[in-house]
Order: sequence, then structure tokens, then C-alpha cells
Amino acid sequence: MTDTAFATQQLTKTYGEGHSAVHALRGVDLEIPKGEIVVLLGPSGSGKSTLLNILGGLDTATSGTAYFQDQALSSMSERQLTEYRRNHVGFVFQFYNLMPSLTARENVELVTEIARDPMEPEAALDLVGLSERVGHFPSQLSGGEQQRVAIARAVAKQPTVLFCDEPTGALDSTTGRAVLKVLRDVNDRLGTTVLIVTHAAATAAMADRVLHFADGAIRETVRNKKRVDPAEINW
Amino acid sequence: MSPLWHKLWRDLWRMKGQAIAIALVIALGVMMLVMMTGLVSSLTQTRDAYYERYRLAQVFAPVARAPEGLLTRLAALPGVAGVEGRITGDALVTVPGRSLPVHARALSIPDSGPPRFNDLYMTEGRRPDATRPEEIVLLDAFAYANGLAAGDTIAATMNGTRRVLVIVGLAKAPEFLYTSAPGELVPDDARFGVIWMSHSAMSAAYDMGGAFNEALFAVARGAVEAEVRDKIDAILDPYGGLGAYGLEDQFSNRFVTEEVSGLEASASGVPPVFLSVAAFLLYIVMGRMVQSEREQIGLMKAFGYRNLEVGGHYLRMILVIAWGGAALGCAFGVAAGGALIQVYTQYYKFPFLVFRMEPASFGIGFAAATAAAVLGGALVMRRVFALAPATAMRPPAPPDYSRGRNGSGWLAQQLDQPSRMVLRRLTRYPGRMLGAVIGIAAGMALTASMMTIYNGFDEALTTAFSVVDRSDATVSFMRPSGQDALDELGRIEGVWAVEPVRNVSAILRHGLYSHKGGVTGLTQNPVLNRAIDADYVTIEMRPGGIVLARELADLLHITPGEILTIEVREGRQPVIEVPVLAIAQSLMGAPAYMDMGDLNHALGEADLASGAYLRIDPASAETVKAALRDMPLVAGISIKAEAMQAFQSLMNQGAGAIRYVMGAIAFVITFGIVYNAARVAQAERARDLASLRVIGFTTGETAFVLLGELAAVVVAALPLGVFLGNFLSVSIAEGFSTELYQIPAKFIPGAYGQAALVVVGAAIASGFFVKRDIDRADLVSALKTRE
Repeated sequence: MTDTAFATQQLTKTYGEGHSAVHALRGVDLEIPKGEIVVLLGPSGSGKSTLLNILGGLDTATSGTAYFQDQALSSMSERQLTEYRRNHVGFVFQFYNLMPSLTARENVELVTEIARDPMEPEAALDLVGLSERVGHFPSQLSGGEQQRVAIARAVAKQPTVLFCDEPTGALDSTTGRAVLKVLRDVNDRLGTTVLIVTHAAATAAMADRVLHFADGAIRETVRNKKRVDPAEINW
Repeated sequence: MSPLWHKLWRDLWRMKGQAIAIALVIALGVMMLVMMTGLVSSLTQTRDAYYERYRLAQVFAPVARAPEGLLTRLAALPGVAGVEGRITGDALVTVPGRSLPVHARALSIPDSGPPRFNDLYMTEGRRPDATRPEEIVLLDAFAYANGLAAGDTIAATMNGTRRVLVIVGLAKAPEFLYTSAPGELVPDDARFGVIWMSHSAMSAAYDMGGAFNEALFAVARGAVEAEVRDKIDAILDPYGGLGAYGLEDQFSNRFVTEEVSGLEASASGVPPVFLSVAAFLLYIVMGRMVQSEREQIGLMKAFGYRNLEVGGHYLRMILVIAWGGAALGCAFGVAAGGALIQVYTQYYKFPFLVFRMEPASFGIGFAAATAAAVLGGALVMRRVFALAPATAMRPPAPPDYSRGRNGSGWLAQQLDQPSRMVLRRLTRYPGRMLGAVIGIAAGMALTASMMTIYNGFDEALTTAFSVVDRSDATVSFMRPSGQDALDELGRIEGVWAVEPVRNVSAILRHGLYSHKGGVTGLTQNPVLNRAIDADYVTIEMRPGGIVLARELADLLHITPGEILTIEVREGRQPVIEVPVLAIAQSLMGAPAYMDMGDLNHALGEADLASGAYLRIDPASAETVKAALRDMPLVAGISIKAEAMQAFQSLMNQGAGAIRYVMGAIAFVITFGIVYNAARVAQAERARDLASLRVIGFTTGETAFVLLGELAAVVVAALPLGVFLGNFLSVSIAEGFSTELYQIPAKFIPGAYGQAALVVVGAAIASGFFVKRDIDRADLVSALKTRE
């Protein structure tokens, strides 16, 4: 078993062709160890979300290779990518993407029913501090609560990695901090590798490693000596 | 062009699949409207013009024999605008190549000059020369069907004498738009002819010197036709008057009129079905569009666009679809009408028949399409108006599933999450689901009733020719004859069974209602031709009453136990009053049955038959036909196989043929509804479905959430479809039924099974298309959109 969660070599992603081609990723090389919190920072269109989508098995690269542990994601079929997402990956989105017709508990059960080695749904909701509101529908929850349900849903399968695309983008700062704290707790308690894509530079302080993106490439990789508690982050 | 117009065209382009589907449904509705009203107006205008130009009489008064001097008295009657006497007679024509002689009607035309009434439209040759009694003009359709032309000769038996006749011309006439042999309803050009001869030749052939046996009348403007007829009858009665009748009882005119009113009924009944389906589709498709464009709507309002301007934008889009469909429908309607009119020209012997557009029907088509669009759009507009700019520009709150029945009961607890999502959608949006259920059920009902109708046509054919009539041939006699004639038939080699029948023409009256037809006298235990009840059980003939076909009983508004008045129009013309004993199931014509002995007794005659049903050894059919032809007593022979074929082709022409068009349309509509329902559900849930895929659900598992909903809706729609189909079948069957044949709308499980297969097939095909889109969905972009 390798200690690397993800590795990429000369990863590129191009949308369109010819003059109108957009180079979202221009040869990205990186290595992310297991168990870290990694924050991907950069302006819009810098390629961070594209990288996240490729590593998460939602999109495929134009060239280059991407590895999850020792499996090449770039050579996986659609079916294998689905299996990969099902067994190893948890996703958290900016707009939560909960099923409006299912209660908080049921949204979590949606995942635990198909996962290999899931947590108890209640335990996952307890982890995000929502044990009191398990029977509520998304329409009865605040934005922060909805995002915490989404995190509970993502971690309930005990994923190897957790991908978060602008997880605090639709939240106010207090609620945002609470959400980040939950992500940190998951990392602490379960050892899950966490990748967070964000615009908010302040978030970088809670990471083990920060990747600065610009123009489809990693400009700088910063390793934080000390992770700051999300409660102390301001943005 | 304003930006909103650019947006409109681009949006239309984007949703072209659905827009075309809806426009086509509208087009079909408008097509039926334009085509049917066009046919109605073409047929009526042509008929009226033909009648007027060729001076069709308004009143026909057949009589046994009346002196020509009587015509002056008839002309002097108040209300009579003109009168002419003519001589008519029956003839049996031997046509080369046919083993059996063919029935023909002979009519006189004046020795010089055209007749005052019922003129001929000469299609070939000339009128007969009065100095040459052998010259005749023949009905052109009959000539063509038998390969005869001007210059040919034919042999005919007239009044017992065999003559050789020379065809000098071919003609059509306004009184023979629709022809069939006497006693038969089904037209067959080859089996019924009309012969016109000069008056002097006719009076010699039928011993009618100085006399006439039919008077034709024009009624003065303002006069009441019924009163005029009564006065005519009073004068003709002593001479064996058979009862004057007007155009509504004239055989040919009756069928043309019935066809026209059938078309009129379809023209008003069918298009609304299509247009309501279109309104429903517009509602769901545009509703979805407004929902997905709420931000743009909010933005336009924020910029200062008024409600009406924003609403108008969407209304214009709806109208573009509706008017596009209506324009297409008008074009289809003109093309289809032009094609169908060819069928009608052959079917009815019009000298000219041009498909004439009814300009108003374009207007009505567009108005109806607009009404459907506005109806479907009004509900959508309400949503546009209700959106406040600020709310519209925020992402919508998640749909609230906590309200109402949220499926948290025992059942929901037994299900896994995907099934629970399906269940909650169904219980959360009962109105919308019900709409989809009703839409799909309507499609199924339409398909099921068309299947029922197909079956009904077959059933009418089988019942008429296998259950009711089990003979192989029907023979009619020159005059009512006794047992000797039947014995003679029985002695023919190859005749297995002979069953006598007594047909008399009569007017049946009950209160205000009357029917000009006849009574059929059957033996007490008939085998070859029977009256049957609704369960196909033979109704035994017993003395002391009459058995009426359901159609006839309905027409006369009479039920068993009530008294029917029969004015016999033959022999001594007695008036009989009899109770109705039973109602018979008849799918062909509208017969009235009596016990033969009873009927003869009422007529004051001995045991006489006017014809007989025969069973024939198939191996010796030809020798039997030859023997029958040589019997002087035999006036006509109808072979069942030929009659059945004529009946079948009758049902496949004219209005009957429309059932195939409607069947195809029913299928298209069913598919359209199911497909649109699936598409809209998919669009509404694109983001949820993408989320499921991202979480790690396989495409199959994801499709289940969507298709499970579709499946539930379809399953709920099936029983409702059966229920609606039953109603629809009855009314469509009534629409297709004519006086000639009645189409039964029996509940046939198979028809509903087939319709269910169509619905399920459409659902599976739609599911396949939708699933393919789920498989191809771009997960990333689906997640980024905020709904």
C-alpha cells in the first residue's frame, strides 16, 4: 500500500478545439499524501475545480495520468469510475445537492444503503451535530444545516477521500466556520483525506497543504507547519 | 429584432423536439377539422349543385298503375310546382362473363327532349332514339364495372320477356349517387344496373300504354312538403299508390346525407380531443420552461419589464408553436381532403367533385389552436406574474416535502431510499401526477377504443354473414309464390336446404316517429337467417307480434310491449297494429321480423314467400347458379360471398377508412404524451439525478428514481385507461355506425391488452431515450447549475 492518496503526471484538460480551445489544465504534476487536508486556492477559471472533478472521477483528462493510490483513474471505464465514487469518494457541493424528498436521515441512508462499510446514519449526523434534526426535510433546514447534512452524507460511507467544491460558498461566515470545523473533525477522527476547493484565501490556514492555482497550473505549493483551528479563521 | 425575439427563436430551437411534437398534435387536430369541414362542404355543395342542375325531384310517388290523365289533377294540387309521370320496371340483365343475371332498374325518359325531373348526365354517347325501342342508356358505373361500352349489346328479361338491347350511351343521374340492388343495402356497381329507355319503348315493354307508375314532383316555395304528400297520396291511393316520399327517404340521397352528417359529427367531435391534448402538453412543457427560467424572468422584471411584457414573451412562444401547428394542419388538411375526395368521387357517382376548402375552417382551426394554446398557457402565465424579481433571482428553496402526506407511513418505512423518493414525488405532487395519469389514460383510451372499433368492424361482418345469415345464397321471386316454388328450388341438384322468407315494404310508425322500410317474415324456427338477441341466441318467431332490430327500435322510440303500426305498401296495403315482442341484435341494416304465417295472414294472403335462403353444396355452386338463372320465377340471386365482399369493401371506403388514420393518430398521441411526461420529469430532476450519479449510484440505479415514477404513473393510468376507453369506444362506435351497418362497442379484453401494450411500449421507448440521456449527462455542469 502506498501512502499517496493522489498523484498526477502532466495532467491536461482542454475544452473545445482550435482557436476556441480553452486550456483548463496545462500539465499538472502533484502528489497528495493520505490523511491530509489540502486546500486548492485560485481565481475563477484557474483550473482548481477541473482538477477536483478529474480526481473525483466526474470528468476525464485530455492527456497525462492521474492516480488514486496505485490505480490509474485515466484508464478507468465509466462503470469503474462509478464504483470508485461509490466506494472511495465523498462529495460536498456549494449548493448542497440534497434530495428534497428525503429527510436528513434518509439523505444519509441514501449513501449507507449502497456503501460497503458505512457508519450508522445517526453517527454521521451526530458527527456534524445534527442528531436533533434527523427527521427534517431540506426545506425545513437552514443553509448551514443543509450543508452539514451533505457532509454527513458524504462521510457516512467512510470514504477514503472527501472532495469539497466551495463548501462555504453559499454560507455566511459563522455558519461557514462551523462547516469547516466539521470537515476538520472528519479528518481528525476518520483520517479521511480532504480536498477543498475555495476562493476564500483564509481557509488555507486550516490545511496541511495549500495548492495555489493560476492559468491551469499549480503556481505554488505551501505546506503549513501548523494547522489553524477553523474557529479562528476570518474571511 | 428585439432581444426578446432573439431569445424566443433560440429557445424554440433549443426545445425543438418538444415544440415539434406539440405542433404536430395541434396540426393533427386542425387537419381533421379542415379536412372534415372541407369534405362536408364539398359534398353538400356538389350534391346541391348537381341536384339543382339536373332537376332532382323533391317528391317521389310510386303507384301500381295510374292513367296519364291524372297528372293534370296532380299538377293542379296546391303546393305542387311541377309534375311528371314516368314508367319504372325491374329487369334481369345477362352480362357477358357473369354466371348469374344481374338486377337492374329500368326507367323511362321522354321520347323527345330531356325529362322535366331527374335528368341524365351523359358521360358517353347519346340518348335513345324513340323510334328504336332496343336503344338504351346504361348507368355508367355499372357499364364500367362489367366492361360494357356504348355500342355493346346486352340481353335483359323485362316483364317476363327476353330482349336484346343496344347501349347507345352511358350516363349518371342525381337520383343514383348511391346504388344497390333492391332489398340490399350494400352498393356494388357490378351487381346493380340502371337502364333508361324511351317512354314509348318502356310503355310497350311493361304494358303501360297511357299510364305511368311513378310521379315526380317539385314542391312550390313555401308549401309544406308533408301536406303536399298527403294530398298526392289521397289522389293516387285508388290506383295503388305506394306512398309518396320525399328526398329524406330517397335511397341514394339518404346515404349521401348520412355520410355528410357522419362527417359533420366527426368534424365537431374529434379535433377538440387533439386540441385538449395539445393544451395539456403545452402546459407541462411551458410550465417547466418558466420554472427553469425563473432567474431570467426575475432579471427582466428587475430591469423594469412589465408583467405583461414578460408574460407576453412566453405567450408568443406558445402561440408560435400553436400557429405553426395550425398552419401545418391546414396544409395537411388540404392535402388529405384532396386525397379523400378521390375516394368519395368513386364511392358516390358524382359527375364532378372538387375538394373545396371551407375558408372558415382555416379561421376556426387557428382560433381553436389559439384557444388551446391560451388555455395551456394561462396557468403558466399565472406563475410568471406571481414571480417577484427578488425571489426569482435567488435560487428556489428546495421543494417542501414536509407538507401534506409525505409518505412516512408504514409503507415508506419498508422501502429503500430511491423507492422512497419515487413514493414521495407521487404523494407530494398528486395534482401533477394525476394530470400525467389522466393524459396517459386518455392516450390508452383512444388506442383501446380504436382497437375496439377495428374489432367492431370485424364483428359486424361476422355477425351479419355468419351468425345472422348462415345461408349461401338468397333468391328473390318475381312475385310472392307458394310451396311449389320452394319445392322447385329444393329439387335443384346441389341445393341442401331451402328456407322461405316473405319481405314486404312498409312504413313503420310509432307516435311521431316513422321509418320507411319493410318487414321480413321468417319461419317459426329459422335456421338460415335468424333474428338473434344481444347474446347471439336465436329469437324464436311467434305469432302475434314483431321483433325489431335495436337500431330501428331506437329510431322509433319503441320498447317491447308497445304497439307498432305497420302500413303495408304492397298488395291490398293493409294497416296492421302489432305489439313489439323483442329487440334483436342486428349489425347490418335495420330489419323488422315477424312470423311468416302471421304476416301472410295480416296481408290477407295464403302462405306465400317472396324469396328463399339457400344452402348450396360448394362443389356444385356453378350448376346451381345456372339452374337458378333458367328459372322464370327467379328475379334475383344474391350470393353471400359476393355480398360479404361488397360489404367489406364498403366498410373500407368512405368514413370507415378513417378508422385506420385515427388508429395511427391514437398511437402517435399516446406516445407523445408518455414521452413528454418522461422528458419533463427528467428535466425537473436533472440535478437530483446528477447528484445521485456523483454519490456513486450507477446509471441503472439513477434511472430507477426517474423511471420508477414513470412506471408508477403508467401503472395507475392503465385501469383508468380501461374505464375511459369503454366510454370513448361507445361514442366512437356510434360515430362510425350508419344506417347500413352498426359497429358494436363490445368490451374486448384483447383490445385493452393491446392498448396497454402500446402504452407500456411507449413508456419503455421513452424510458430508453431518457435513460440514454441520463447516461450521457454531463455531471459537472448539472451540479453547477443551481436549478
